[in-house]
Amino acid sequence: MTKELSRIDRIVAKHQADKSALIQILLEIQRENRWLPKPVVMRLSKRLGVPINQIYHIATFYKAFSLIPQGRHSVSVCTGTACHVRGAPRLLDRMREALNIRPGQTSPDQKFTLSTVNCLGCCALGPVLVVDGEYHGNPSSKEVKRVIASCD
Amino acid sequence: MAQLKSPAELARTRQQIISRRTEKRYIAINASGTCGLAYGSDQVFQAFVAEIERQGLTGQVGVRATGCLGFCENSPIVIIFPEEICYLGVKPEDVPEIVSRTLVGKKLVNRLLYKDGNGKKIVHEGEIPFYKHQSRIVFGNNRFIDPKSIDDYIALGGYSALAKALFEMSPEEVLETVKRANLRGRGGGGFPTGIKWQTTRNAPGEIKYVIVNADEGDPGAYMDRSLLEGNPHSVLEGLIIGAYAIGSHEGYIYVRQEYPLAVENLSVALNQAREYGLLGENILGSRFNFDVTIHRGAGAFVSGESSALMTAIEGKVGEPRPKYVRTAVSGIREMPSNLNNVETWANVPLIINQGADWFASIGTEGSKGTKIFSLVGKVNNTGLVEVPMGMTLREIIHDIGGGIRQGKKFKAVQTGGPSGGCIPESLLDIPVDFDELAKVGSMMGYGGMIVMDEDACMVDVTRYFLNFLAEESCGKCVPCREGIRQMLHILNRICEGEGKAGDIELLEELSEVVRDASLCALGTTAPNPVFSTIRYFRDEYEAHIKERRCHAGVCKALIAYYILPERCQACMICLRECPVEAITGGKNVVHVIDQDKCTKCGTCLEVCPSRFTAVVRLSGEPVPPAPPPKTEVVRSKGAQK
Amino acid sequence: MRGVTLNIDGREVKAKEGMTILEAARDAGIYIPTLCYHEKLAPYGACRLCTVEISRNKRTRLVTACVYPTEDGLVVKTESPRVIKIRKMLLELMLSSAPVKTIQDLARQYGVAKPRFKAEKTVCILCGLCVRYCAEIKRANAIGFVGRGIERRVVFFPEIASTVCASCRECFSLCPTGKIPSETDGVCFDDLTLEDFLGARPARV
Repeated sequence: MTKELSRIDRIVAKHQADKSALIQILLEIQRENRWLPKPVVMRLSKRLGVPINQIYHIATFYKAFSLIPQGRHSVSVCTGTACHVRGAPRLLDRMREALNIRPGQTSPDQKFTLSTVNCLGCCALGPVLVVDGEYHGNPSSKEVKRVIASCD
Repeated sequence: MAQLKSPAELARTRQQIISRRTEKRYIAINASGTCGLAYGSDQVFQAFVAEIERQGLTGQVGVRATGCLGFCENSPIVIIFPEEICYLGVKPEDVPEIVSRTLVGKKLVNRLLYKDGNGKKIVHEGEIPFYKHQSRIVFGNNRFIDPKSIDDYIALGGYSALAKALFEMSPEEVLETVKRANLRGRGGGGFPTGIKWQTTRNAPGEIKYVIVNADEGDPGAYMDRSLLEGNPHSVLEGLIIGAYAIGSHEGYIYVRQEYPLAVENLSVALNQAREYGLLGENILGSRFNFDVTIHRGAGAFVSGESSALMTAIEGKVGEPRPKYVRTAVSGIREMPSNLNNVETWANVPLIINQGADWFASIGTEGSKGTKIFSLVGKVNNTGLVEVPMGMTLREIIHDIGGGIRQGKKFKAVQTGGPSGGCIPESLLDIPVDFDELAKVGSMMGYGGMIVMDEDACMVDVTRYFLNFLAEESCGKCVPCREGIRQMLHILNRICEGEGKAGDIELLEELSEVVRDASLCALGTTAPNPVFSTIRYFRDEYEAHIKERRCHAGVCKALIAYYILPERCQACMICLRECPVEAITGGKNVVHVIDQDKCTKCGTCLEVCPSRFTAVVRLSGEPVPPAPPPKTEVVRSKGAQK
Repeated sequence: MRGVTLNIDGREVKAKEGMTILEAARDAGIYIPTLCYHEKLAPYGACRLCTVEISRNKRTRLVTACVYPTEDGLVVKTESPRVIKIRKMLLELMLSSAPVKTIQDLARQYGVAKPRFKAEKTVCILCGLCVRYCAEIKRANAIGFVGRGIERRVVFFPEIASTVCASCRECFSLCPTGKIPSETDGVCFDDLTLEDFLGARPARV
């Protein structure tokens, strides 16, 4: 945790401890750490002089943030309108079965986190699956299996 | 690169860039856009780079990784200039052949050409029906630009509009030009851009901000992403011109967190513009100072609302403000702040270069210029299309989109995102512009156009939007939060077969209050999907409520899958594919679905061979009793082949 | 200070410049119902119960009285049929989440009986009085909002609440639904904390 906290200090310093950069700072921490542990939030509150209730409001308001540890691999199904009419609910069902978790959950072995996203802007490819930042347009069940199997 | 100190230096640099280029031909591959990358365009790009070198064509043929080329689903897309030969769905292994046959041998690779409905091959990009009916004045330059190269943009005449504005026009003249062009905001209700600029310009305040709204939250719309990824300098140039007209020296670009590549390409663009002296202090030696900060969103649809977006830029929760004062007067840190979306800004350099009259000559009486739409859903040709305002929905869907997939029947087109509505077949001949869409109970929004066929259930689609809004509302005010919650409850009930008489009327009554009493535009427009589907598809609601029937077979609680015993040939396919093992039977034994186990995923219907079509979907009628166990198959003639 | 004159429900009302419609109406003894308003706190505009109809230059609009500034010549109707319709629906909605005395009394006043909606007893209407009072007046920030949309909630932050709340308790009397306090005898409360919220947060399906 000490290492994590000094990392926070570095990110805060990069933004000159500017309160208005709070969301940007949280995004950076989330990206590096994959979640926002409580000591991190407390440290940030102290460094920026922003009360914790404001930080938690932000952290629970935006979809990008997580207050619980995320899996090593992020699996995301786009549920935008175009994807919805082209079978996103079925793709999501298939991913739930494949990973045995519901959207918003992380597998007990911390391997996968399944989430939904309200449109990735790849509407012509729908339904879209994103695994660790890689986009898959209308994946077949074979492709889904291959992609999941390739995660270690 | 030394900073450019005058318009003359910019012009000289342009000449140098052009004259440095020895290549007579070049290949554009959409390898710098999200859609293209999803289809492996990057590998195709790399293959071209390697192959051109291998075949000794370096210096003769250039390769360019461009942003989105519009026809996304056919990615990777390769266009060979100057002939504009267009190859679709290119794979890395096709590349050596393309280079030897087309670039060296001047022959075509037929199998990669576009094939129309009659099987006719089309060679040139501009002749493909998807492109032929478009007028790509804003989006078309994506073809010629590597978004990470400011030189590509400058070579096309980029930043000449900025030079013109800064040196040949006063801020007032720029403002007047945009007003006269009657450019209207492309991110929502279509507010006149010039008037908005003027409000901010005239508002008291030492500091004024200009902002690019790239929080393109409408699901089903992605033109802003494609512009930012593919031609970031056009947006930036528009922004700087706007800042000059308004008297602003600080700008923000608010980009959705879901668009990482847009942030990346934009960051590169900003740095290059600073290096060239096109951004920062003393732009082009004009003494005009202006700089921009990128602010990444963190995933919240409501933050696209202007006051919420500005609150988010201040580092606070992106909730709309309750004040009755426009952000153009009191926005970021209570200073006058002018917000326009990506596409709006990208139109500005064109208007300055080509004049207000030129711009106003395109489009309809009240809506000038072009609009980019994302034509997606169940049309044959999906992608981004740019057309003059006033083209009819039918032309867009049929001429450009190539009609409905698999010969199915059109049902509705949804425009305007969650604030918009669903437009039925009978209204397909309306010209598409801000006012006409509003008249039929929808709106332009960002320009999403989601085409739905007979397989879409309009009650389910409405529920989809309410579910979206229930999640995406900030939850602050009572009518929006509680109203949406209850509308969603009612719609869930209807979809689950528990609809009651009076539900439709209750939905309408609730909708009116949510519209009239909510704090921000998210709430006041939230009932639009409900209004429009009740207006045009009331019969579907009634079928769900009165007959427990879902025509489209979408609402799981109202459907059942059944295997017709007389048609089942006991092929074992559905039995094996059923994910929940709900199908019993065996070799020569008619297969039966256990209705209690069935999760209604529809796999059996999909996999049942078309020569049998033994699986049927029922809705609004009882499931016939299962045949006695071990019923033997009746061999049909058709099945013996 | 310059004054403005407006017309509320047919009466000429004088107000100080910068006053909201609600403040002007209250000064003049005209009743407008509110649930999230507090004179010491910044206007919040969340309960929407103070919605009134205004007309200027023949244009009619619905606005919230707690936020809308008074201006010369403004004509305000505090109980027009559209306003009544809105208030009835808002109360019916609130009644299904918080069937408590304050709301029931107001509902009765507007003739709302049993709500037609699914009951979802959160007992909190998210007026934010507690959160805002704690932040704006006490500057303690022991309580706050979390989540968004229909998942939005108010939670206590034990890290702060455990040190400041016992000696304060000023938000207790502000709460219109009685959600706070859920226990009056203890030092702290058994109300929702952030951890509860995260644990209780249903996964999106």
